[in-house]
Order: sequence, then structure tokens, then C-alpha cells
Amino acid sequence: MIRVVLPPHLRGLARISGEVELDIQAPVTLRSVLDALESRYPMLSGTIRDHITQTRRPFLRVFACGEDLSHEQPDTPLPDAVASGTEPLLIVGAIAGG
Amino acid sequence: MSKVRVLVGTRKGAFILTSDGKREHWDVSGPHFAGWEIYHVKGSPADPNRLYGAQSSGWFGQVIQRSSDGGKTWETPGGEVIPKPDAPPAGQSNKFVYDTSSATGKPLTTHQWYDGTQHPWEFKRVWHLEPSLTDPDTVYAGVEDAALFRTTDGAQTWHEFAGLRGHGTGPQWQPGAGGLCLHTIILDSKDPKRIFIAISAAGSFRTDDGGKTWRAINRGLRSPYIPDPNAEIGHCVHHVAMHPTRPGVLFMQKHWDVMRSDNAGDSWQEVSGNLPTDFGFVIDIHAHEPETIYVVPIKSDGEHFVPDGKLRVYRSRTGGNEWEALTKGLPQANCYVNVLRDAMAVDSLDKCGVYFGTTGGQVYASADAGDTWSPIVRDLPAVLSVEVQTLP
Repeated sequence: MIRVVLPPHLRGLARISGEVELDIQAPVTLRSVLDALESRYPMLSGTIRDHITQTRRPFLRVFACGEDLSHEQPDTPLPDAVASGTEPLLIVGAIAGG
Repeated sequence: MSKVRVLVGTRKGAFILTSDGKREHWDVSGPHFAGWEIYHVKGSPADPNRLYGAQSSGWFGQVIQRSSDGGKTWETPGGEVIPKPDAPPAGQSNKFVYDTSSATGKPLTTHQWYDGTQHPWEFKRVWHLEPSLTDPDTVYAGVEDAALFRTTDGAQTWHEFAGLRGHGTGPQWQPGAGGLCLHTIILDSKDPKRIFIAISAAGSFRTDDGGKTWRAINRGLRSPYIPDPNAEIGHCVHHVAMHPTRPGVLFMQKHWDVMRSDNAGDSWQEVSGNLPTDFGFVIDIHAHEPETIYVVPIKSDGEHFVPDGKLRVYRSRTGGNEWEALTKGLPQANCYVNVLRDAMAVDSLDKCGVYFGTTGGQVYASADAGDTWSPIVRDLPAVLSVEVQTLP
């Protein structure tokens, strides 16, 4: 079970509270997590990564296990602690005004 | 008794203000989509309970919202967990992709950037949603970078009218201070194939064939801030209004100058007359008097607030040139707000109601065509847009 923590704006858009739990087959990567997330919550499509290029939106970052994973390749396996559900994957909005 | 529903888009959410036909007491609903920029919310003329909202964020991009119950509940079209069998792919209601196909479009062109160099088209947000006059599932969207899109499936999917962006003058279009935005869409009530649009800073355009081909309609506009003040392209048109019973007559608030066309935009004449300043953003028309128009003069392009600290709506009952200040109930000292281009609307009651919202978060209403004003709300986030529905 993969645990994902979304920023408040996206939790509101998807009408969820707390963490999202996703069942994903190994290998668990950022791409597979976002694919599963968008499949369950289609309204999140385009809000974390671009519809066409699939690149991360510039004001969003991806953290886990105290590490910044934002610049990892999307098919790089996520840390074991994320894949096992011990640690959540954090989607974080940049603190940039607003 | 008739009712009025005012749809307000702000920097931090949407609000819905409702009243009976007397327009004295108001219920306030919101914020909807709290924390998001709501550039525009508009109802379908064909089904007043069908509303569409343009929700956006610098962090999370564009989202389209839809309501089928007058704004009580909302959904992202195509975002259902269990979609219908024949539904288009889920999660595409916010997918605005410029058309580069050889069949319907042209290879994506470039437009002019602030420094005069060419810059590729990049989708940023939806500025304006214009529902069809006849079909609740059909909506036109004006977007930044400037282009016109349409949905015919209730906003589940969007397709560009590539002929506008690709008709030839695109490389001369340049962004205004707010970006290269298509902000005005006017559907001709008597000719379903005729659509008017306006872009900052390119000018006004018209199609007479349902959106396949477009022509610039800017003759008579004069803009000293561009190399050729009388150029076909490059004018910073802020807003255009048309009375539904007179499709050939258009009124325009340009960056500077209030303009009028009596031939569907083929040519324009200035009607700024005795306005204290002819800079501004909004312009609208009385619901029952096609020669009565409203503007809110703003001091200048460098000082985006009302002149002399006085919030004054100006009304012309002569189709321009002769203007009177409407001040009763509006602050006449120490007021320094702006009124943005989509932030004025009228209802169709008798007497005509006029509404506008300010960057200070006030929404003012007049139930007597502008003679007197009072605030419906005073302390919303900065108002980006105001639309009105007159309901049975």
C-alpha cells in the first residue's frame, strides 16, 4: 500500500481528506504512483504533471524519507520505505506567495 | 417573482449572491473552490442551472468546474470515479491543447514577446467561458496564450478553433500586462455563425463562418503606444459589449479610448466624449436601452485606480460621447480600487440592474439602472469577474 500526501488545494479538488492509499505493483515509481492517483481521481489530471509532456508542474515538488525526489527520473524506483508504505510520498506546493 | 443570481469570481474563490426581484436583500454563498483563482463563472442561457467555472492556480494549473443545480454542487466534468461507458477519456476537462494538425490547423506559430522577440504559444489559463445561447453542453473558452476553444460535451473535452491563431497575424500578437489573453467572446444572437472575440494585445476579430476563418476588425482604432498607431494588429482591447437585439452595434473599452462600431466591427469611432479619463476595463449595455452604456473610468495605465479617489460609474444614454457620472451610494473619497474587464454585468429586470465588482472586494449593485448604488458585499478577495442571471 503506497501512501500519498497531497497539498490542501488538491485534496479539496479531489474531495479527500488525509492521505491517499494506492495499491501499486512493483516496481513503484513516481510515474506509476501518479498514474494510479490520476486513475482513481481523474480531476487531478494535469494538476501535478502536464497533460502532454508529463513533466512536473514547476511549483510542485516531490519529497519522501527526508529526500527531495523532484528531479529523479519518473521511472526510477521510489525508496523501499515508500514502496512498503512505511513512509508517505509527499506532493508539496512551493511556498511562493499566494 | 423573478430572482437574480450574481456569479462572482475572485482571486481566492467564487461567490454566488442571490436575491429576489427587489434586489434589496442578498444571500451570499461561498467561497466555492477556496484558495483558487476564479477568473470567470457563467451560466448557460439555455439552462440557467448549468454553470461553468474557470478555476486556476499558479501551482496546479487550470481546472474546469460545472454545476447542474445553479451552483449548489459542482463537479469536474469527466472526473467521475465510474464514468459512463460512452464517455470520453476521464480527466481531460482541463486539457487545452493547441491544434497543430495539418487537417484543421497550422503548425503552432509564435507570438511576440514583451521584448519584441518571438515566443512559442503556451497554455496558461482560461480567462472567459461563454456558454452557447442554445445548448447547455456547448461552451466557448477564451484562453491565455490567446486562443479560442469549444466544448460540445459539457466541458469534458475541448478543441481549438485553430483558424484564429493561425490566420496570419499571430506573430504580431503580443501580451498585455496581464498576459496574451483572449478575454471577450460575443455570440451573435441572430447569426449563429458569427462570433466576435478580443485579445490583449492584438485587437478584435470576427468570424462569419462558425469559427473556421477570422478577420481582424480594428479599423479606426488608434494606439499611440505601438509603432504604427493605426496598425491592423496590436491594439490592447480591454472589453467589448453588444446588445443582443442589435448584433451589428458594438461598444469597446480599449486600453485608452471608448469606441463604437455600427457595422459589426468593420470600422470604429471614438465616443469617449466628456469622460474624465477614457482609460478603463469594463463596458456594458443596459438590458432594455441599447443606446445606454456604462463604463468605469480608471486614472491611467500606470495608475490602475479610479481618478481623484472617487468611484464613479459613467453612463451614456446616447450611445457614447455624452456621459454622466453616477455616484449616489459609491465612495467619493479615498477610494483607489480598479474594476477589471469582466467585472460588470446587467440583469434583465425592469428597472435594469447593474452590477460590478472591484479589486477591493466590493460588489456593488444598482436596481435602478445606475441612479443609486449599494454594496452587496464589501470584503471579498479581489473581484475578477461578475456575471448575472435573471431567473423566473
